Amino acid sequence: MDLNYTPEEQAFREEVRSFLAAELPDDLTEGARGHEDLNKEQYDRWHGILNARGWLAPNWPREFGGCGWDAVQRHIFEEECAMAGAPRIVPFGLTMLGPVLQKFGSKAQQDHFLPRILSGEDWWCQGYSEPGAGSDLASLKTRAVRDGDHYVVNGQKTWTTLGQYANWIFCLVRTDPDAKQQEGISFLLIDMDTPGIEVRPIILLDGTHEVNEVWFTDVRVPVENLVGEENKGWTYAKYLLTHERTNIAGVGFSLAGLQSVKRMARAEMSGGRPLIENPHFAARLAQVEVDLMAMATTNLRIISRAAVGQAPGVEASMLKIKGTDIRQEINDLARRAAGPYAMPFVSEALGDNDPIGPEGATTTAPAYFNNRKLSIFGGSNEIQRGIIAKVKMQG
Amino acid sequence: MNFDLTDERQMLQDSLRRFLRDKYDTETRNAIVESDEGFSPAIWADLAELGVIGALFAEADGGFGGAGFDIAVVFEELGRAGVVEPLIDTAILGGGLIAALGTDDQREMLDEVIGGQVQLALAHGEPTSRYDLTRVATTATEADGQITLTGRKAVVVNAEAADHLIVSAREAGQVDDAEGISLFMVPRGAAGVSLRGYPMLSGGRAAEVVLEDVRVPSAARLGDAGAAWPALAARIAAAEVALAAEVLGGMETATELTRSYLMTRQQFGRPIGTFQALAFRFADMLTEIEQARSAVINAAGHLEAAPRQRDMQIAAARNLLGRAGRQIAEESIQLHGGIAMTREYELAHIAKRITMADHRFGDTDMQLERFIALSAA
Repeated sequence: MDLNYTPEEQAFREEVRSFLAAELPDDLTEGARGHEDLNKEQYDRWHGILNARGWLAPNWPREFGGCGWDAVQRHIFEEECAMAGAPRIVPFGLTMLGPVLQKFGSKAQQDHFLPRILSGEDWWCQGYSEPGAGSDLASLKTRAVRDGDHYVVNGQKTWTTLGQYANWIFCLVRTDPDAKQQEGISFLLIDMDTPGIEVRPIILLDGTHEVNEVWFTDVRVPVENLVGEENKGWTYAKYLLTHERTNIAGVGFSLAGLQSVKRMARAEMSGGRPLIENPHFAARLAQVEVDLMAMATTNLRIISRAAVGQAPGVEASMLKIKGTDIRQEINDLARRAAGPYAMPFVSEALGDNDPIGPEGATTTAPAYFNNRKLSIFGGSNEIQRGIIAKVKMQG
Repeated sequence: MNFDLTDERQMLQDSLRRFLRDKYDTETRNAIVESDEGFSPAIWADLAELGVIGALFAEADGGFGGAGFDIAVVFEELGRAGVVEPLIDTAILGGGLIAALGTDDQREMLDEVIGGQVQLALAHGEPTSRYDLTRVATTATEADGQITLTGRKAVVVNAEAADHLIVSAREAGQVDDAEGISLFMVPRGAAGVSLRGYPMLSGGRAAEVVLEDVRVPSAARLGDAGAAWPALAARIAAAEVALAAEVLGGMETATELTRSYLMTRQQFGRPIGTFQALAFRFADMLTEIEQARSAVINAAGHLEAAPRQRDMQIAAARNLLGRAGRQIAEESIQLHGGIAMTREYELAHIAKRITMADHRFGDTDMQLERFIALSAA
């Protein structure tokens, strides 16, 4: 047992920290803090800065232009980025599709698509969920019918995050309607400029345009855009989900969020004293900090096992539940800390007005509402509980 | 970063787990709990023989461990089996204080402690001190090489079996000052010491201790006059790591019993664990155990740190263990149903051990207050 990082890991942390201090533009920091509403230009700019340093793809092997970092290094990088208020790395191409192409894609697909993900030439989005297929993803109905050298795709995807910026979408489609649910699914790469694709915005309860519906009407997709084998898409989809779960605990986000709540609660006055000294507020704050301290260690325990090659299984489900509970609690505390100034509904990030109220106050309530998604997406927390119970009940 | 046990600790864990599985089953343990002594001298001798007491002491004190992670490994196993023998009292607190403060003469007793021949008890808490650990109203006055002790001590665990009580008493300062507290080795049978003993709900025995003009020589003082607090705080911190690890072990057993019951108990024609309302609660218990394990690791890993850092981690761990422990004790009973309400079922004892640990050296709420105060400091 040793709770300390090695000198090499400490040095790596310092390297990341000084890189962020020097290279992270201020406007991206402010835009990213508390609430995600960066635009495409801002995301692309940040990706470009990371790519120039060779740090855009922490989880890719070096042969594909990745960092080749181990799990502990990736954790340190993610933690430092979150603490610095850096924008997240948009995960669809880098975290999700990249590893699938590296494992299951053809040489031609790897050579063509992977460099374009790193360069920012392609922006990918994820075509998984459908109106009738959420937690029960395998019940998806979007059809792809083979017609010569093409598949003809018809159907609808939804909750497509940042699909409005994307020029490519990776889709789960049904290629064999007669097979058992999981066995008739294929994994297709679709150019968003193909005729028959329509992207319709979904405006979320915090006013943001983050997700979309994507409609497919007789969309013709060349067969060379099939990943792996026909009807084996579920295998690749599950592989992708294990990568989606890296950094699922969001320790860095929570540490940064807690810092910002404390900053606000020291400045806000309640009954003539700083809010942070209010016994009820202080108790809730301390409670979530205690939970976060333990969760950070749970995360490191799982990471250190992953570093020696043991795949996280149900532990990832536990981290998802605990990590999202903690982030949502911090969001709630931030909203409360802001007091009446949580109520104005303005976009500070647009920078077109002087801020209203204390710094960061008016974004707390939108962030609170936006992050209700955390316990819904990536396999709802109820799905995670089902996984834990199913695996562990067998002893 | 490394979360693996050293080979030595792994061996200790394996041998202790094997011993308790073979020699400390539910029936045996329940008989021990019901006995007049409240613990088993035979088991105590076996534990000493096995090196379990020695693992709680540093090499310089005649043991082969004594670090936070040694304590955590031992007490997690003790907790898994619901062991009621007074290792916290005799070894961590009593022996630990002698090791920390004792003169060469006083330290001679450590061999007997590690060998299992001596029992000790810390007589520190008082009827009105609750969890205020520096609140000591018992007085010590010194004259002509003699100390006179007067006061009352509350819920002194293992007092009746102890050969010596380690009594805290004030030689200077206000009633709740950290400065001015001294510790004295008092033979349990000394004139003026009277005990009112009783069994405890979760096993073991304790006593209300009255000290009426108890006389001991000045050489019975442990450490310098009025300067015992830092060592006392450090040993209470070690006892808190032990309690936290013991609760973790108990939580593991409660969860395993619950898992097994959910899979075997049939109602409405199927195992009750297949009902989602129960399965989800079981999943939450498992998630909380991972949190609890991390909290124990954090506390054990900081036992040797500077006091503020040490106490923040310990307060955090005990707050978390208090909440998670209560959840698991209560949910285990609920998910079992009626069978868990019976005294002879293993879970009943384990649930009581988990829950009542929260009443020693500060409960869940008090630990949170302590964490807040230390955070602001």
